[in-house]
Amino acid sequence: MVLKRDGQDQAKTFTRRALLVGGGQAVLMTALGARMYYLQVIEADRYATLAEDNRINLRLIPPPRGRIVDRFGTPMAVNQQNYRVVMVREQARDVTRTLDHLAQIITLSERDYQRILREMRRKRAFVPVTVRDFLDWEQVSRIEVNAPDLPGVSIEVGQTRQYPFGETMTHILGYVSVVSEKDLTGDPLLELPGFRIGKQGIEKQYDGELRGKAGTSHLEVNALGRVIRELSREEGVPGRDLVLTVDVGLQKFVHRRLKLERSASAVVMDVTNGDILALASSPAFDPNIFNVGMSSQIWHDLINDPLSPLTNKALSGHYAPGSTFKMMVALAALEAGIGPDHRVFCPGYMELGNTRFHCWKKYGHGWVDMYDGIKQSCDVFFYDISRRVGIDRIAAMARRFGLGAPTGIDLPGERPGVIPDREWKLANIGEPWQLGETLVSAIGQGFVLTTPIQLAVMTARIANRGRLVRPRLTRLREELAAAAPPGGAGSGTAGSGVPASADAPDASAGSAPITTLDIPDSHFDVIHTAMDLVTNDRRGTAYRARIAAEGREMAGKTGTSQVRRITMAERAAGVFKNEDLPWRRRDHALFVAFAPVHAPRYCCAVVVEHGGGGSKVAAPIARDVLMETQERDPAATPPVRLVAGQLLRKA
Amino acid sequence: MARTRPLLLSSQQFGLRNPDMSLGEKLWQINWTMILLTTAIAGVGFAMLYSAANGSFDPWASRQMVRFGIGLVGMLTVALIDIRIWFRHAYGLYLFALAMLGAVEVIGVAGMGAQRWIDLGVIQLQPSEIMKVALVLALARYYHGIAMDEIGRPSLLLVPLAMIFVPAALVLKQPDLGTAVTLIMVGGAVLFCAGVRLWKFALVGALGLGSIPVLWQFLHDYQRQRVLTFLNPESDPLGAGYHILQSKIALGSGGVFGKGFLQGTQSHLNFLPEKQTDFIFTMLAEEFGMVGGIALLIVYSLLLAYGVAIAMRARNQFGRLLALGLSFNLFVYVFINIAMVMGLIPVVGVPLPLISYGGTAMLTTMGALGLVMSVYIHRDIRIPRRGLGDDL
Repeated sequence: MVLKRDGQDQAKTFTRRALLVGGGQAVLMTALGARMYYLQVIEADRYATLAEDNRINLRLIPPPRGRIVDRFGTPMAVNQQNYRVVMVREQARDVTRTLDHLAQIITLSERDYQRILREMRRKRAFVPVTVRDFLDWEQVSRIEVNAPDLPGVSIEVGQTRQYPFGETMTHILGYVSVVSEKDLTGDPLLELPGFRIGKQGIEKQYDGELRGKAGTSHLEVNALGRVIRELSREEGVPGRDLVLTVDVGLQKFVHRRLKLERSASAVVMDVTNGDILALASSPAFDPNIFNVGMSSQIWHDLINDPLSPLTNKALSGHYAPGSTFKMMVALAALEAGIGPDHRVFCPGYMELGNTRFHCWKKYGHGWVDMYDGIKQSCDVFFYDISRRVGIDRIAAMARRFGLGAPTGIDLPGERPGVIPDREWKLANIGEPWQLGETLVSAIGQGFVLTTPIQLAVMTARIANRGRLVRPRLTRLREELAAAAPPGGAGSGTAGSGVPASADAPDASAGSAPITTLDIPDSHFDVIHTAMDLVTNDRRGTAYRARIAAEGREMAGKTGTSQVRRITMAERAAGVFKNEDLPWRRRDHALFVAFAPVHAPRYCCAVVVEHGGGGSKVAAPIARDVLMETQERDPAATPPVRLVAGQLLRKA
Repeated sequence: MARTRPLLLSSQQFGLRNPDMSLGEKLWQINWTMILLTTAIAGVGFAMLYSAANGSFDPWASRQMVRFGIGLVGMLTVALIDIRIWFRHAYGLYLFALAMLGAVEVIGVAGMGAQRWIDLGVIQLQPSEIMKVALVLALARYYHGIAMDEIGRPSLLLVPLAMIFVPAALVLKQPDLGTAVTLIMVGGAVLFCAGVRLWKFALVGALGLGSIPVLWQFLHDYQRQRVLTFLNPESDPLGAGYHILQSKIALGSGGVFGKGFLQGTQSHLNFLPEKQTDFIFTMLAEEFGMVGGIALLIVYSLLLAYGVAIAMRARNQFGRLLALGLSFNLFVYVFINIAMVMGLIPVVGVPLPLISYGGTAMLTTMGALGLVMSVYIHRDIRIPRRGLGDDL
């Protein structure tokens, strides 16, 4: 009985406690269910996002960079396919053996081996490692033929920017190079390894257009980062091709011609519309060296070269214009009512107070009028009229012709120059204007500083009788403005790399009319005639550099600017690294010209640094260049057209 | 004695007049619903292993199916063996399991950074799995022999505590924190249902808590790291917290209805670790969502409820404690595993019974279920308190 009651007690206790245990289990199981509800319903969205983040990798597909061609469609910047051989470790299995095989086809140094094996170890087994870059076609085909013996080895194609004309075009095109920290704008393309952007010239100016838009590929990846499949793909937009106004044949000629001097620059422009036909600065450098990893020695040499080959002197060379400035003084005088027959006696100098202002001709020109003054570049004549006109009116005239301010050419790095007047001197030097400075300015010395491109613009505006052309290397700005709806032109180009221009009048000859300077034709007649005399009159300063070919005669103006004075002026402006070489002390030689003299189409500005006299050194260059230009007559052919931003391949 | 004397039974119970039932009678008594539930759970496991191998029976699902087939036969065999034989050999089995646990220390094979396996050539055995069943058998037998009024004696608590803590210590040394904790919990459950006073549990619990700083010294670095990571999993999303975080992402992103069979991105792209073993529930919940996960919980709950019901219907204390202990063991595994993958408790290497890939776990789980069924089949057999003697 005791035993039985005990058994019943046991059973009762057990049942009670088993129910407790069972109940506890039920509670805990319910807790698991509640946790599932929390994770899978309440927090589901958050975790779904996290799972997608895990799974999907966004990969950018770099667009091909737009090509750059000259006005005839000659390619000047292209993308060359760069073949490289890569190897995937997990497919290669025996890496060293495969490398040995490969070494029989392409040469692999001991350092290559070390680098490849090191990269193989560092990277995941399925990531391709570059074995060699820049393979030629023969090597590529030999590797392809031997493919069965080379497991895991494959050829990849990359793109490298090539500049077929090398240094000839470098100051216009610039070059592309790796993205630096300060270039990052948030465009993820820029963060792609190996991506290159324009660092100079057109490549920089129109980088936005040339770059195109990246495509994106949504890839499903696993936890190790291996790509499983492509989920979706969004094609990018290839970079826009660019047609320059340049004639590469003429450019080559100009570049070669300039190379006969140590350091020079020249601009050839279509006076009717501002198209730059050639723009050269010598010495130059080969932009292709930036592709294949340049040695630091070459770079060091480039940046320390006293002739500064990296600088485009046509845009950023500050030169006193010398006598080429005299047209501005003459036009200001004409506007002030001083007639072309105003006569001045030149004894070789002019006295002002205690100071004697010399004419370049020691014993003077005798009686000169405005024609003679320009033809013979008589300084005294200009001293005289500048006194009568005053610096402010001269400066105003010079500015109307584009001097003393950036011309707005579509290239980076342009410098503004200086056209001084009373206000300028007070603001920049802090001293009142002296009358003597008017005289010095009148012969393009003193504070006056211009760039070759400004001189070309000035000459163009003289040649075209006051039409306000602006220099341009592409017609992109005008095309975009024409394509954009009225009023939206500004916003349409904003941020796209094209400098937004408010003055639509500068559009191409075909579209919007170019505004004209309010200067009577008779004034231009005087200047044209006088500039004609400079080259085509026996007593003209550049008679020896005239173009004799009938119908192609040019009109021009010499200029010689004294370096010592310039140096002081540059010092005043705070920009000039002076080195006291003897060559450095020689005068700069300048020449501006247009042709044909009776129906001007082309103009040219030449500056030869420390070249000596303008008539002796610069004028012959201008003559050769303008002769060549007229023979080639590139302006007769309009630049090739693009279709939807792409150049159609020539059949 | 038991053979000759007819037992006093209620008349509505069929076929149990004679404790020595014929094989046919026993088969009739087999709880087929339980087998169905077991098969259903294992079937879910096959599907998930198939999915874990990216839609292939190889390497996991096919082997697991073979094991399940073997396990099913073993389960029925165990169920049909007379409960008194299990009673008689309870201590022997326990000592055998203990010996094997000791042997692991000497000849164990290291797997997953811990010594857990004994390589028997043909199969690899995990003695800790066997110990889970053997411990319940031994404790059930021990408490079967103790009368209700004796249970209060503290001296009688020493043997069962030793039975629990000696294997737990050995397992902890392997090191396998999860199994050690399980052994202690299961043992505790048996003691609790046997009638040990609650305050004694409180005392042992307090002692246990007090010993945590001491135990902490014995934990391996990775175990400590797991506990610390559990306490703040987001602190180390790429390191030790990675498993929990990825598991929670997989679960949460499954949503209510899941991503579909074979469509779990977290699992198939390997963001989820150990998806064929410890994290298989995560994969299920990712592919079949909350609906699938809760359905599995319900099937488990039914199986567990059966275990408790069988325990309560058994007329001998051995059977009661055995059925309850074993079903509680099953519960502990299910709970620890699922709570772990959902980030409720630290990451411990505990498989999901019947579903996770693994031979020993599968076979011992099914063996345990066979024992529960044996308790059911032999529920009315009386076993003398002091043992059966040699007449059986």
